[in-house]
Formats: sequence, structure tokens, C-alpha cells
Amino acid sequence: MENLIALLIAAPLLGAAVLLCGGRRLDAVGHWIGTVLAAASFVVGVVLFADMLGKDPENRAMHQFLFSWIPVGGFQADVAFQLDQLSMTFVLLITGVGSLIHVYSIGYMEHDERRRRFFGYLNLFLAAMLLLVLADNYLLLYVGWEGVGLASYLLIGFWQHKPSAATAAKKAFLVNRVGDVGLSIAIMLMFTTFGTFAFGPVLEATGEATEGKLTAIGLMLLLAACGKSAQVPLQSWLGDAMEGPTPVSALIHAATMVTAGVYLIVRSADIFNAAPDAQLVTTVVGAVTLLFGAIVGCAKDDIKKALAGSTMSQIGYMVLAAGLGPIGYVFAIMHLVTHGFFKAGLFLGAGSVMHGMNDEVDMRKYGGLRTYMPITFITFGLGYLAIIGFPGLSGFFSKDKIIEAAFAKGGTEGWILGGVALLGAAITAFYMTRVMLMTFFGEERWRNQPTASPAEPDVEPAAEHHGAAASDHVAAATGEPHPHESPRVMTIPMIVLAVGSVFAGGFFSIGDRFIHWLEPVTGHAHGHPPIGAAAVTASTVAVMVLGVGLAWLQYGRRPVPVVAPRGSLLTRAARRDLYQDDFNHVVLVRGGEHLTRSLVYVDHTLVDGVVNGTAAGMGGLSGRLRRIQNGYARSYAVSMFGGAAILIAATLLMRAV
Amino acid sequence: MSFPLLTATAVLPALGAIATAAVPAARRTAAKWLALIVSLATLVLAAVVLVRFDPDGDRYQLTESHAWIKDFGVRYELGVDGIAVAMIALTALLIPFVILAGWHDADPLETGSKRWRPTQGFFALILLVEAMVIISFEATDVFVFYIFFEAMLIPMYFLIGGFGDRAHEHGEAAAATQRSYAAVKFLLYNLVGGLIMLAAVIGLYVVAGNFSLTQIAEARANGTLDMATSTERWLFLGFFFAFAVKAPLWPLHTWLPNAMQESTAPVAVLITAVVDKVGTFAMLRFCLQLFPEASTWATPAILVLALISIIYGALLAVGQRDIKRLVAYASISHFGFIILGIFAMTSQGQSGATLYMVNHGISTAALMLVAGFLISRRGSRLIADYGGVQKVAPVLAGTFLIGGLATLSLPGLAPFVSEFLVLVGTFARYPVIGIIATVGIVLAALYTLVLYQRTMTGPVKAEVEGMPDLRVRELVVVAPLIALLIFLGVYPKPVTDIVNPAVKQTLSDVQKKDPQPEVEASK
Amino acid sequence: MNPVNYLYLAALLFTIGATGVLIRRNAIVVFMCVELMLNACNLALVAFSRMHGNLDGQIIAFFTMVVAAAEVVVGLAIIVSLFRSRHSASVDDASLMKL
Repeated sequence: MENLIALLIAAPLLGAAVLLCGGRRLDAVGHWIGTVLAAASFVVGVVLFADMLGKDPENRAMHQFLFSWIPVGGFQADVAFQLDQLSMTFVLLITGVGSLIHVYSIGYMEHDERRRRFFGYLNLFLAAMLLLVLADNYLLLYVGWEGVGLASYLLIGFWQHKPSAATAAKKAFLVNRVGDVGLSIAIMLMFTTFGTFAFGPVLEATGEATEGKLTAIGLMLLLAACGKSAQVPLQSWLGDAMEGPTPVSALIHAATMVTAGVYLIVRSADIFNAAPDAQLVTTVVGAVTLLFGAIVGCAKDDIKKALAGSTMSQIGYMVLAAGLGPIGYVFAIMHLVTHGFFKAGLFLGAGSVMHGMNDEVDMRKYGGLRTYMPITFITFGLGYLAIIGFPGLSGFFSKDKIIEAAFAKGGTEGWILGGVALLGAAITAFYMTRVMLMTFFGEERWRNQPTASPAEPDVEPAAEHHGAAASDHVAAATGEPHPHESPRVMTIPMIVLAVGSVFAGGFFSIGDRFIHWLEPVTGHAHGHPPIGAAAVTASTVAVMVLGVGLAWLQYGRRPVPVVAPRGSLLTRAARRDLYQDDFNHVVLVRGGEHLTRSLVYVDHTLVDGVVNGTAAGMGGLSGRLRRIQNGYARSYAVSMFGGAAILIAATLLMRAV
Repeated sequence: MSFPLLTATAVLPALGAIATAAVPAARRTAAKWLALIVSLATLVLAAVVLVRFDPDGDRYQLTESHAWIKDFGVRYELGVDGIAVAMIALTALLIPFVILAGWHDADPLETGSKRWRPTQGFFALILLVEAMVIISFEATDVFVFYIFFEAMLIPMYFLIGGFGDRAHEHGEAAAATQRSYAAVKFLLYNLVGGLIMLAAVIGLYVVAGNFSLTQIAEARANGTLDMATSTERWLFLGFFFAFAVKAPLWPLHTWLPNAMQESTAPVAVLITAVVDKVGTFAMLRFCLQLFPEASTWATPAILVLALISIIYGALLAVGQRDIKRLVAYASISHFGFIILGIFAMTSQGQSGATLYMVNHGISTAALMLVAGFLISRRGSRLIADYGGVQKVAPVLAGTFLIGGLATLSLPGLAPFVSEFLVLVGTFARYPVIGIIATVGIVLAALYTLVLYQRTMTGPVKAEVEGMPDLRVRELVVVAPLIALLIFLGVYPKPVTDIVNPAVKQTLSDVQKKDPQPEVEASK
Repeated sequence: MNPVNYLYLAALLFTIGATGVLIRRNAIVVFMCVELMLNACNLALVAFSRMHGNLDGQIIAFFTMVVAAAEVVVGLAIIVSLFRSRHSASVDDASLMKL
């Protein structure tokens, strides 16, 4: 059975290779090759899952050694895979949601002439992501880690002719690289501390290392997680990443890749458990991000960017839970899985709306779409109910547990974290209701509105590019849109994901199934919130109702203006991502430009100048000396006589002395 | 006497150079084919060397030794260790691609033009450089090494000064002026370095009485040859200076951007991927073996210079407007990594540095040759003159991207393995330097992706419209390089197996051991 | 007679010759001044020979005469051919030995 693990990765990798090297001949069938191989990987995953279920919970981990990768002295890196319950969860999520999104993309990308290449990139992403979660050591994980970064780069910038897309892709890669520095340093620290960086030996030996070292490793891993999972302070790329085609946003920037940071933290549980300071920082990062994302999500008029803010916020919940230690790990992963369902569903729904609306992304130009797109409306609505934590749906179970765990942390810390998590839940309900109301209810604001008009007051042009060139595959994007339901190849994946959004949470929670499933890997401790679990649940539901109500007062009762009002100070700040991007621009981009420009100058004038100056000085000196040679025999004779006289005088003087 | 394999590997391209130069002017194509076949034959010989070499055997293998100048104790001594084998293989591998990529670079400017463009000379010079580089890797006699280390400058001078890019924004006359400036600068820098090294070589002879690397190293190791500390340091500095110019290390680097900018892409590859490697290789072979104590003494200063090279080169690459200059500064940054790895004095660092030399050769060749194809299409080196190439020539853009990704050390491609080894090896002994060097990987991503974004993406520029995609000859050049990058990224073991024992020997020369992991050390 | 007086004479003759070489332009005159300097040296050599009581100085003086004779042959030939090509015997006209 172990030998099947490599097959999980090999199938999509083969797809990527065939599709990207195959050339135009495969244009007609490329999308089917990609989809079939993704599905094949899913089938292999299910087979392995069934096999795993048949085993004793403690002995479920499988291991496959392929070959020795980099052997140099004490540095031994292998290409070897480890499939335990945690990896299995991810494998099923990645290949399952991944396959659905492949199917969806067949419809969504139908009119794109480069569809074959799109599927090649998607397959490449699947392979890299699977490598990330299957690697048995941190260095191999790093390969997958950067591999998904590359796939993300290629897919965000898929419509490369749009400068905004190319810029967003570059930004995503660069910000991720900053995080990767953290992962590199963490691996180096592990190597110098433990002499290895394979999961098993490192995590077993944590007891022998000093707390300082473990804290350093933990913080570096957290930096890596911040980059990949768009956590403050490395969150700025995620909003821009929405330049990519919507299926990409659903798969990479909602369901799978951005959750890799959570995987990394949970995988390194033993390190974090032994480093309380690193855990504290992790919870703070999670708490700050969940508020940050939620606030940004409230102000965006671009449907994808609103959802991106929401993703950021939800991952903030997961990171918060992961930072809580054994009381939170399982719930972090559980929320990750349910989030994978409902957020992917929401994004696919948003894609479906855009598909029917000439690629318009501005929610102020939507409205009343529920009658035109019933399936999209229902699936999106179910995802909406799941994410706000409506009792009985997926999000309710997972998010409620995280809030409970936050309170159970104990002390002032617990109250603050729990309070922030509750506040986040209220804001989540608010902004998601806003999205829902603006899109599917209210007046049909798209009537007599040529979509995709570039003029948008008070919107930063650099931050919000959904202007003239919306996307490639609709030739003419002017004139009144004719909303219509998407083809079945797109709606079926949405329906499947909606089913998951509804039932996954409940299914996992019956008899604490999910806890028992993951416990052998991550460990689990039951937390007891000081105010009692029932009280926490009640207040979660209460704040959710409050958020929905407020949103209804703002956007449901009153008509939504087509042109965004100026808004309060906070709204304007949130529209510009709380000025974090502006800060980056002024400090890093401008500062960097000045630095490089002055260095170019220094290199040219100073370093090179010294050399050229020496050469010029030599030339000048020889020019002067040359004039002495005037060609007259007399003057040569004078210098001869002069020289002889000096010599004689010197000899005489020496004698005299 | 057994067949002198090492001599043959070096002599074959030299003879090929003479034969190529002798082909009559009218039969230009025949000369090209001859050069290509000779370079391929050399590759076969290098492969034989690779196969005959036993990684676990003696330190120097396939040795040849003949008396040459008896009065000065100069012997014609050749021998290869694992590091040299890797470098010879790299050189022999890259030359056929260089020749193939430069197939039309030395053609007459227009048919019937009176201006003489010595096509035969171009290819003969490339082969001559190959011969000299190979023998430099093989020489175990300091004098023999020195001669070819210096002699290499002559063909390189003519390659840089005599053959530039065909089109130039300021006209042919300005181009010729800049070319000769670059060529003279290249020559002067390296001559000054060589001159100082010559003094050190003579000094070494005065102290040791012969030029044999093996004999001197052995005498140093068992204590029969005592050197005053200050003598050893001065001699070390003399050698190191020459190698640091060639490598090039900050602040001796400014010749490289000029030389790479003005020469054609294949010659630029020859400079940075082949000739410069002799400098870093010689640091490993001569500096560390002959002067172990002085090497340890100079390590902190060299590490700082290497660190400056890494960051400085990368920052300057970000600020460049010329594609070739950008690659040149990126190379300076990469050479910083190589030197860092060598002087970190750990097995990871030095194996990584050796691997880095190989991988950097391949990745720079891939990036630079594709950049050369791009430049030859549009006739400009300026980044701003391009845009949207990806739409017109997707294969060209794709290969360019892979070359770029290799340059930024993406995991899965070969340079990642070496860069990470260098970083980990440095970090194990000097954590702060290791961490600062790691910042270099962000900058590498920055300059590569900015280059790709500005040239390949965005709206298609009018001048780029209708640009042809890669031709078959060009694909034949690029595809194997990319395949090799991927292969060595996934499975670098064949190279590390050859290199590791040699690095172990070098480390024992300088009497260094890898630091122990903390957990084990505390046990 | 005090042989030192011959040395004074030799010094005087040498100075006259050297001054002539430096200030005259006519190649023939310069040439004769050179001869004068040579002969001043000869005089000094013979005087030294006398003062030290051995024949070394006189032998060298013979050598010098032979060299001077050879020099006359070559030098005059050069001056004549120079005069033929340039129609002038001025040394300043032959100032091509510069960059």
C-alpha cells in the first residue's frame, strides 16, 4: 500500500508535464487529461484512506522511501513520503476539491485559447501541494512549499497581458519568498540543533533542545506560515492575487494553498508545545489577522476581494487555534476542512455570477440576481450560512469550537483571544450578509449599466484593477449584461461543495469523530472555557444574529448606491487594506528603488571610478612625460651632461663625507 | 605507460582550434561543424574521465608527471580530484552549447561586405579557451596552472573585443569603442591579478623549492616544510587576489558587467560559466591546500566580502536596465555564494560551493543563451524595449522563465540544492552571516521576476509583434540544459558522490571538522 | 712641468667641446666638438699614465683614437647622407625622434 503514495503526486505531475510540453496538439483534449489525472489522484487517495481506516488508529502512518536526495556529510535529505492521518486529511481535501475545481474550470475557461496551459498549471499545483503535505522532512516540504508558490505565481499571472495580473503575481511570489526565508532559517536551525530535519527525529528530540532554540525555530516557522497563509504582516498579496481566474482563487487562494501555513504549524506541534512564547505570538498573529481580514472584507465592493478578506480572516481563526496548542490543533484542521468546502463553494459561486455578468466584479452593479441564477443562489447561500456559523451547518461546528478553545486558554489571555474571536464572528456575519444582499437581493442595479466601466471615484486605481480589461474570455464586455445560470459542468461542483458545506461539520462532530481521527498525530486536550461551553455557543449565535441584523439595516432595508459613497474614515482605510500596502509601497518599494539606484551610481562612479581614475591618471602622467622627448639631439645631450654632472657631484660629495 | 587521458582531453580542443582556424575562409559552415564535432569529442573524453574516476580511490587520479624545466623544478604534472572532474565535465558539457548558440554570431554582417569577420577565428578561440580551462582544472603543478590561467586571457580578450552584438543603439562605431573598452578592462584587471599571483608563485618557489602542489601540500601537512606565518599570509593573499579578480569578488567585480554586456551571449556564458569558475576552483585547490593556516586567518574578511557580493550584486541587478548587465550582477551575487561556501569550511558549504559552480554554469547558460536569442531578435539589450513577448513567443518566454527560476534557486531545480547547502554550511558555523545571506534569496526573486515581468508580460509592444518563437537549433541548445537543471535538482546524488570525498580531503587539509549538532554534542 | 696642468688643459678642452655640442646647430661643427671632447679625454688619459707611472692610460688612448677614427667614418657618412636628403646640416632639422 505504501508504494501508492508516490502515485498520488505522480499522476498530476505527469499531467503537468504532458500538458505543458505537449504543445498545441493537445489543445482539444488537454482539459480532459488534466481533470482525469486529478481525479485519478483522488481515487488513489480514497483507496489509501480506506486502507488506513482498516488499521489500528495508532499504526496508521505509512512511509515510503524513494531515494536519497542530498547526502553531504551529516546533512542527509531524502525523498521520502509520510502519510498519516493529518496528511490524509489534506490529501482528500486537495484532490477532492481540486478535482471538482478542475471540472468547474472546463466550463469556466471554455473560451480561453490557453485553456490547456491553465490545466497544466493546475495539475502542477496539485502535485506541489501534495508533495507539501506528504513530505517526511522539512526540506522536501520546502520543495512543495515553493512549488505551490510557483503554481500560484503562474496562475495569478495567467492573464499575463494585463499588467495588473503580472504585478500581482510577482507580488505574491515575493511576499511568499520573505516567508520562505523563515522556513529556510528554521530548517538550518533544526540542522544545527538536531542534526536532522526529518519530521520524526526532530519532533522526538524536541525535549533535548533548549527552549530558546525551539522558540527561534517556532517563530521562523510562523514567519513562513504568515507568508503562505497571508497572515499579518505578510498578508498584502492575497487581495491582489484575485487577479487570477476565479477557479484559481477558489482552489489555491481559499481552499488549499493558503492553509499550508496552518498545516506547517500543526505538523510542528511538538516544537510549538515546547515553546510557549512562539505559541503566544502565533495566537496574536491569528487574532490580529482575523480582525484585519474581517474589517477589510466589510469595505470591499469587489466580490472576490471581499471573499479574499474573509479567507484571510478565517485562516486567522485557524492560526489562532493552532497557536492555542493541543486544545486547538484538531479544531484548526477541522475548520480548515470545512472552510475548504464553503469558501471554495463561495468562490465558485462568485465565478458563476461573474460568468453571467460579463466578468463584472463590482457588487454595486449586481443586485437581485437570485431569480436569474437559482442554483448559484442556493449553493452560494448555503456556503454563506456555513461561513457565518448558522447552527447546524459546517462552519458553526468548527468555528464555535475554536472560540471555545480560545476562551479555554485561560487567564486574561483567554478572555482577550476569546473576545476577539467572538467579535470576528460578528463581523463575519456582517460582511457576508453584505455580500449576499448586494449580490442576490435588492434592486437590479445592472439595468442600464454598461458593466466594467473604468470610472470609480475614491477607489485606489492601483489596488482595485477591475477596470477596463476584466478578463480574456469574453470578447465584448460592454452593454447591459444578461444574467444567466452557468452550464452544468460548473454548477455540479458547486452543488457538491454546498453539500459539503452543510454536512461536513456535523459529520465530523458526531461522536467527536474528527478528534479521534487526528488525535494520534496532533494530540488533543479538552479545553474548558471559564463561562461554560453552552454559554460560548449561545453568545456565538447571538453575535452572528447581531452581525446579520446590522448588515440588513445597512444594505437590506435601504437601496445600495451604485457609486460607492465616500464612507467613514474606517471604511476608506479598509478599502485601502488599512494602508498596509501604502506603507509597503513607500517604505519598501520606494526605499528599495532609491537604494538600488544609488548603488548603481556608486558602483559606476566609486568602485569603477577608482579603477578608471587610476587608468586616466596613468594616461595623463605619461602624456606629460612624453613632452620631454622633443626629438632635438641637443636637449638629449643636455640631459646627458646634466645627469653625468649630477653623478660626478654625488660621487664627490660621497667622498667628501 | 598508460594513455595520457587528461592531456588528451585538453589537447584535443587545442588541436581542434588550430584545425578550425585553418579552414579556408570560404568554407565557413565547415569550420562551424568541425568546431562542434571537436567539442563533442572532448565531451566524450570528459565522460571517459568521469567514468574512469573512482570517487573512493586516491585523492588525485589519472595522474601524469613529466620533467619539464629541470632547473626550476617545474614538472608537467596533471591529476584530478572529484572537484576537478566535476568542473571538467561542466566545461566540456557547456562548450557544444556555446558553439551551437553562437552559430551565426560571427557570420559576416552582410553578404558581400568587405568587413572581415573571422568566423573561423571565433570558433577556434572558443575551443582554445576550452583547452586552457580544462588544463587549468587538471594541473597539479602551480607553474603549469599559472601559465594557462594567464594564457586564457588572450583568446578571451579577442572574443570580447572582436565579436559583439550585431545591433547597437548608438551605431557600430560606438559599439566598437565600448567593446574594446570592455576587453581592455577585462585584460587589465586579470593581468594585475595575475602579476600579483606571479610574485606569489615565485615566492612559493623560493620557500618550497619546487612547484608541485602535491609535494608542497604533503610537506606542509607533515611539518617538513615550515613557513613563517607572515610569509604564508602574503603568499596566500597573492594567490587569493588573482582568484578573487577572476571569480569576481566585490570590489574587484566591475570588469564583469562590462565584459558580459559587450560580448555576444555565448561568449558571456563562456566568461561567467566557464572561465570565472577557474577562480573559485583555484581557491579550493590552491589557497586552501597550500596555505591552510592563512586561509583560516583570512576567513572572516573573505566571508564579509562574499556577503557584500551577494547582497550588493543582487541589489545592483535589481537596478539594471540592460538584460545582460542584470545577468552579470546576478552572477556576482552567485559567486558571492560560492566563495561563502568555500570559506565556511564545512562539508556542506564546500560540497555546496562545488555543486554551485556546476549548477550556476548550467543555469546561467540557460538564462543567458535564451536572453541572447531574445536580443538577437529585437536588436536591443534594453529591458524597456521589450514587453508582452510571452504572447508572441510562448516557448521562448517559457524557457526564459525556467532559466530565471533556476537563477532564483527554485526548489526542484538544481541551483536550489547547492544554494541551500551553502547556506546551511555557512549557518552551521556563522549563523549571523548565514541569516543575512538568506536575504539574498528574496532579492534574487525580485530581480528575476522584475526582468520577466517587464520583458515577457503586459501588452505586446509594437516592435515585438511578429517576433518568431524559438527555432529548432535554439531549442536543441536550451532543452538539454533545462532537462539537466531539473534532473540535477531532483537527483544531485551523482555529483555529490563524486565531490564529497574530495571536499572531505580539503577540509582535513585545513584541519576543520563539521560542527556537531547541539543535541548530539550535549549527549 | 707639473702634469696637473695637462689635466686643467684637458678639462678646458672638454668643456669647450661640450659647450659646442650643446649650442651649435651645424652637424659638422657638433661632430668636431665631439672629437674635441674625445681628444680632451685622450690628453687626460696620457697625463694620468704619466702621473701613475704605468702604460694603461696610453693604451686606452690608442683605443680611443681607433674608435674615434671609426666614428668619423660612420658619422661623416650619416651627415653627408642627411645633407643629401634634406639639403641642410642643421641638427635641429632632424627632430623626428619624438611621438
